Amino acid sequence: MTLVHRQSTIPVAGPPAPRYEGPNRRTPAPPAGELVDSPGFPTAARRELDLPVQRGNLHQAMTTIRTKRQQCVSELDHWEELRLAGEAIKNRTLRHLDSYLVQLEENLTAAGATVHWARDAAEANRIITGLVKEALADEEVHYDGTGVVGDEVVKVKSMVTQEIDMNEALEAAGVAAWETDLAEIIVQLGHDRPSHFLVPAIHRNRAEVREIFLAEMGTYGKPAPPDLDSEPRNLAGAARLHLREKFLRAKVGISGANFAVADTGTLVVVESEGNGRMCLTLPQTLISVVGVEKVLPTFDDLEVFLQLLPRSSTAERMNPYTSMWTGPTGGDGPEKMHVVLLDNGRSRVLADRIGREALRCIRCSACLNVCPVYEKVGGHAYGSVYPGPIGSILTPQLRGTTSAVDRSLPFASSLCGACFEVCPVRIPIPELLVYMRNQVVESKKAEAKSKPGMPFLAHGEPAAMTGAAWMMADSRRWSAATKGVGLSGRILGKADHLGPMPWPLSKWTNARDVPIPPQESFRSWYKRERGGGSR
Amino acid sequence: MNAREEILTRIRTALQDVPEVAPEVDVPVEWEYHRATRTEGVLDLFVERVEDYKAAVVRANSGEVPGRIVEALNAHDVHSVVLPAGLDPTWRAALEASEIEVRDDTPLDRAQLDTTDAVVTAACVGAAETGTIFLDHRPDQGRRALTLVPDMHVCVIRADQVVSDVPEAITRVAPSVRENQLPVTMISGGSATSDIELSRVEGVHGPRTLHVVLVQD
Amino acid sequence: MATKPGEGMRVALFATCANDVMFPDTPKAVLSILERLGCSVEFPEKQTCCGQPFANTGYFDETVPVVRNFVDAFGGYDYIVGPSGSCVGAVREQHEMLAEHAGDAGLARDVSLVAPHVYDISEFLVNVLNVTDVGAYFPHKVTYHPTCHSIRVAKVGDAPMRLLQSVKGITVLDLPDSDRCCGFGGTFAMKNPDISTAMAADKARHVAGTGAEYLVAGDNLCLLNVSGVIARQGGGVKPIHLAEILASTEGSAA
Repeated sequence: MTLVHRQSTIPVAGPPAPRYEGPNRRTPAPPAGELVDSPGFPTAARRELDLPVQRGNLHQAMTTIRTKRQQCVSELDHWEELRLAGEAIKNRTLRHLDSYLVQLEENLTAAGATVHWARDAAEANRIITGLVKEALADEEVHYDGTGVVGDEVVKVKSMVTQEIDMNEALEAAGVAAWETDLAEIIVQLGHDRPSHFLVPAIHRNRAEVREIFLAEMGTYGKPAPPDLDSEPRNLAGAARLHLREKFLRAKVGISGANFAVADTGTLVVVESEGNGRMCLTLPQTLISVVGVEKVLPTFDDLEVFLQLLPRSSTAERMNPYTSMWTGPTGGDGPEKMHVVLLDNGRSRVLADRIGREALRCIRCSACLNVCPVYEKVGGHAYGSVYPGPIGSILTPQLRGTTSAVDRSLPFASSLCGACFEVCPVRIPIPELLVYMRNQVVESKKAEAKSKPGMPFLAHGEPAAMTGAAWMMADSRRWSAATKGVGLSGRILGKADHLGPMPWPLSKWTNARDVPIPPQESFRSWYKRERGGGSR
Repeated sequence: MNAREEILTRIRTALQDVPEVAPEVDVPVEWEYHRATRTEGVLDLFVERVEDYKAAVVRANSGEVPGRIVEALNAHDVHSVVLPAGLDPTWRAALEASEIEVRDDTPLDRAQLDTTDAVVTAACVGAAETGTIFLDHRPDQGRRALTLVPDMHVCVIRADQVVSDVPEAITRVAPSVRENQLPVTMISGGSATSDIELSRVEGVHGPRTLHVVLVQD
Repeated sequence: MATKPGEGMRVALFATCANDVMFPDTPKAVLSILERLGCSVEFPEKQTCCGQPFANTGYFDETVPVVRNFVDAFGGYDYIVGPSGSCVGAVREQHEMLAEHAGDAGLARDVSLVAPHVYDISEFLVNVLNVTDVGAYFPHKVTYHPTCHSIRVAKVGDAPMRLLQSVKGITVLDLPDSDRCCGFGGTFAMKNPDISTAMAADKARHVAGTGAEYLVAGDNLCLLNVSGVIARQGGGVKPIHLAEILASTEGSAA
């Protein structure tokens, strides 16, 4: 029974929305180009490694949060039980996802919310844009001294709206989507991209944030105070004032959801700053975009995840604010609620009996925070809204293994295993990285087969790997090959170490000396000393 | 096929390997739900953990509560306060007798809330281990915007509402969701962010000051 | 010692391919420790490689014959002992998956018979032979790097440290951030050389800061990585495999 080569006919994630490049943008333009067209990870990593300020910022931040998490987790003597429960609940959900989704839809509808289904990013964006336009239809567009006001929405930080590039789809439809999380507003105003699930501006330091706020806030609303210094408290204060006017006038809020409870129809958003509560509570219309894997079977299951998530993500016993809502409540909060259930490649991941474990991810970012590779380069090197170890699996799963960046991501790891140790839902990330490496190799083989004149083994790595594995499958071939050991040592004489060597060994020796190989292999020595082994 | 049918079909196709048994049978969850993690020292732990978030906690007996509320508001130079309709009448009376302007949620619009300094509410449940207060927004707690827009929140919680940890608290708050479909807000300290260099700043969009009165008779 | 702890035990030495050709002193050390403790040690000549380099690079089909060769070489032994947490971990964690990948039920059965008998030298000594003092003498200052695969895949736990601390004359110095990866990661070092080097440089800095004469680990390729950077930077800390320290006695000490 071969499990791994089963190619699913279920489609990958759909293409992102067309980017609006026109002159009258209403929000700061992000960097040009699509993430999927990013260079391969090693190339991007070299670019990021050359940013000393970012490297310092990342090192500082990652060290801090690792220590905090360790402390926070060690307070609970049932942490491992919680992880096992988290894993089991998510497995139960995923293995019966169809029935839980139907139950969720029923209960959301009964509670007064309207449920929409979206096969891919484009469909989700069409639905959302339509709902926003409808909600804003009777809005008067006017100029309030700071900018055009009217066609705008405020949003809670959400990975899934980034995945579908919703802000750009709304921009193209003439609607400004305002990020309200502090880190997200730093990224948005900085014409930048997020680099971390939880702290998207982790690559920026306080001085950079101050510059962005002073330069950009005034263009899009209330300007930063001219005497703004770089104290985090004051920077947060500037964001509070800048965003408050947007919260007070917003007609439409857009959110994701950390959890969607099937047996009650309850959506849950976990946050810190209160911007989430503003978006979820003040506007008349609320649109929540929810990946289909976000379902939890019962309300009781929240007791497990509300312990696992905050400790794993912000390394706190509990995040400052968690909001739960079950449809509209008369006189309190939005009158109209829409929920968009999104597939966008998830059902395809689910079809892969090995790879589906990645769908347990609750986007806590603990794996990023312990990853030594992430710490060196930050999130931008991954060419995906999902960076770090889990992103190196999920991204090629969702987008497929055809682009240069998607083919390089599973290799963006030293397989040190620190990520599995901290994963609150016990995703075997190192094993899945290796599994995805195989998927990349297989997709290259398949591609080579379809292109005459481009044999797979004509490439350097496949030839080397195939040849070496062939040699290792038989000890006679291996013995013959290792007879030559020591030759180079004899030629090179008495030096202790070898210096820089030509490519491809230069990749190793550019930074490291290599000891002179020994004169004799263990195998030869053993044969000589002990007169041949057993077998 | 419409999107709904197509997505559900894709998912069913993807799950062909899963046996047709009840989810609970297919994947058992070895977790004892609703469990109390401690019985001793719960109140002390609650106070310690709330204070860890740099929120203030004062203890009082029922008779002292109105005075403690007024004291806290005065100490923060509060000039106006919004009160939910179902608030304990003795607390309301003390505030009306003070210098502070009492505003009723008639309802107030966003701009009016934005110019209101503080809010006073009761609570639904407290979780000691995490220092978390749960509101289910019944009339003594007011709608969600009340405890969000004003910059100070005075929250009165009774000792019998405080439980050991999240599991017990979720169990207590569940009927509000299951039976009444009420919204729930969990509050652990004041609004905070660590978005700049992971340096924690208390106070961003929500109330920057959380003041808790723990009532113990 | 009245009776030696390994008396009557037949042990297969799993040299590992890298140690076979690049670090022969390490399997020699394993041989010497095990024989000193009374084990009867054999070196199955059919052995080559555990297959990890190919599997971890994504070449599953190509690795399957290597796994087949491994079970052929080591089938029937109760104890298969090697000086590498990484290779031992790969046998335990990957061989079953590869047999399943191949859809080869016979291979899967053979793997299930062989893999549970594979041990890293440190856990074999501490958990099977129940010894921590193996009679070693090493009058030097050392610092220990627990390699990622030894602690997280083979899960040798504190066995190496307990063995080290029982060596006569040794001083074991704390290594800061010891559980952080050295950046080797097999083909990772070739595919992402810049990040790998940056990680190795961190490790080298921490090692240098301890003031140790030797950097000890249970995997020679991790040592090769870190000591290569140390040597290039002109540092004097020497790499040494744990087994080589344990093999040193008062007569033979380095």
